[in-house]
Amino acid sequence: MSPSISLTINGEARAVALDDPRVTLLDLLRERLDLPGTKKGCDRGQCGACTVLVDGRRVNSCLTLAATLDGAEITTIEGLALGEELHPVQAAFIENDAFQCGYCTPGQIMSAVGLISEGSAGDDPERIREGMSGNICRCAAYHGITIAVQEATRNMIRTDKEDAA
Amino acid sequence: MKRFEFIQPSSVEEALAAWEPGAAWLGGGTNLLDLMKIGAMQPDRVIDITRLPGLSGIETLSDGSIRIGALVRNSDLAVNATVARDLPMVAEALLSGASGQLRNAATVGGNLMQHTRCNYFQDPHAACNRREPGAGCDAREAGDRMALLGWSDGCIATNPSDFCVPLAALDAVIEVRGPQGAREIHVSEFHLLPGDNPQRVTALEPGELILALRLPPEATAFAGHARYLKVRDRTSFAFAMSSAAAALKMEDGRISDARLALGAVAAKPWRAAEAEAMLSGAAPEEALFTRAADAALAEAKPSGDNAWKIDLARRTAVRALLMAAAGTPARIPALPASPFGSKVGDLAHA
Repeated sequence: MSPSISLTINGEARAVALDDPRVTLLDLLRERLDLPGTKKGCDRGQCGACTVLVDGRRVNSCLTLAATLDGAEITTIEGLALGEELHPVQAAFIENDAFQCGYCTPGQIMSAVGLISEGSAGDDPERIREGMSGNICRCAAYHGITIAVQEATRNMIRTDKEDAA
Repeated sequence: MKRFEFIQPSSVEEALAAWEPGAAWLGGGTNLLDLMKIGAMQPDRVIDITRLPGLSGIETLSDGSIRIGALVRNSDLAVNATVARDLPMVAEALLSGASGQLRNAATVGGNLMQHTRCNYFQDPHAACNRREPGAGCDAREAGDRMALLGWSDGCIATNPSDFCVPLAALDAVIEVRGPQGAREIHVSEFHLLPGDNPQRVTALEPGELILALRLPPEATAFAGHARYLKVRDRTSFAFAMSSAAAALKMEDGRISDARLALGAVAAKPWRAAEAEAMLSGAAPEEALFTRAADAALAEAKPSGDNAWKIDLARRTAVRALLMAAAGTPARIPALPASPFGSKVGDLAHA
């Protein structure tokens, strides 16, 4: 069977014909849809480099079969900024040196965006570290990552309040 | 990954009809897809059950039971208000497992079906009776953190689930449906000890599908004194070396009923009935907890270079009982189920 799926990727509707049900969301994005911002690390759900949002929730795209995603809304690192304006998490990562080589960074940022919308960590550094434990950084930029997620959380809460007012 | 046929049924009936020998149910995929990538599982047909209707709810039934659909995601279950309030050690166990990303994908049914994380099971080049009956067991030569209880010469693997440990302690029941109709299986009878047939890991018959999980009303009576404790190589995103779910019902300063189950020590979550009987009616104190933990591990024997793990499991049980006696914290600690995650004095649930 060659399932065809319709997806919304970074706000754009895409129809994809799958010639093989083994294709993961990660490989679909990188190899077939020209969206290589999502990285392949372990390919086994252990490193978090492939993290994207599916229907607003962070998941490992390496462990998600594309064929299961008909109708889903996908957000990747390419879809986070509003034009030239960086997403608050992206801005906070730059501001706080939250990376060195950068390979894990798209996954870290997508995971942080997911974590902040889950709302369980707040700006508590211990809860942020726990919540981000699915993302491994071989350069060990964890200190900066934790501060960046704290700062982005505060900035996003502040912006929400201003928008409400 | 071996090629497979992909099927996406839209009803339970269609799903059951699509099953054939060599088929696998696909839920969140966090375990199955991983095992397929490394070649430890090679289904011919993958049946995606994630679109089946009616399996994603969490409801309280008229008798007070809590019924959880098989497709509820771990992360949703852990933060569900009823579960967090009435079954806090279930929530704590869930949040101590895997990562945020994996918990968003992993399902209740998939967690019950989770395969052992034994390295030799996962390595298609190693001998493993569980993967290939009669092949032998390479873990016997090299495994240093394997089972202590209920193992056999053919298999010394452990069940890696955190979730299943409190479920066993709380007498959860699994609702399944298959070619022969519907039936129920107690969690404590669901995972099988290896015996002479390590390949058979659960009580499910071919073609049976898990539809829901049910916690009996009595399970909620332990909410004020219920903890899950998990000892691991690193504080987060690691499988247990040993774990324990401990729950106490307290009346006038004494334990009126107790539940204790151990994780990562056997091919199933290990319910410690003898220890529970010793705890019931007694005053909560460390000496009693030590005697109960000794009883829980009385039959333990090393299956390789893992005698150290007997001590660890015993201490884990004692600590979990002490934490339960101190009371369920108002909020799950920042480091769920961690020995570093709880300060005594931080209580106030109940």
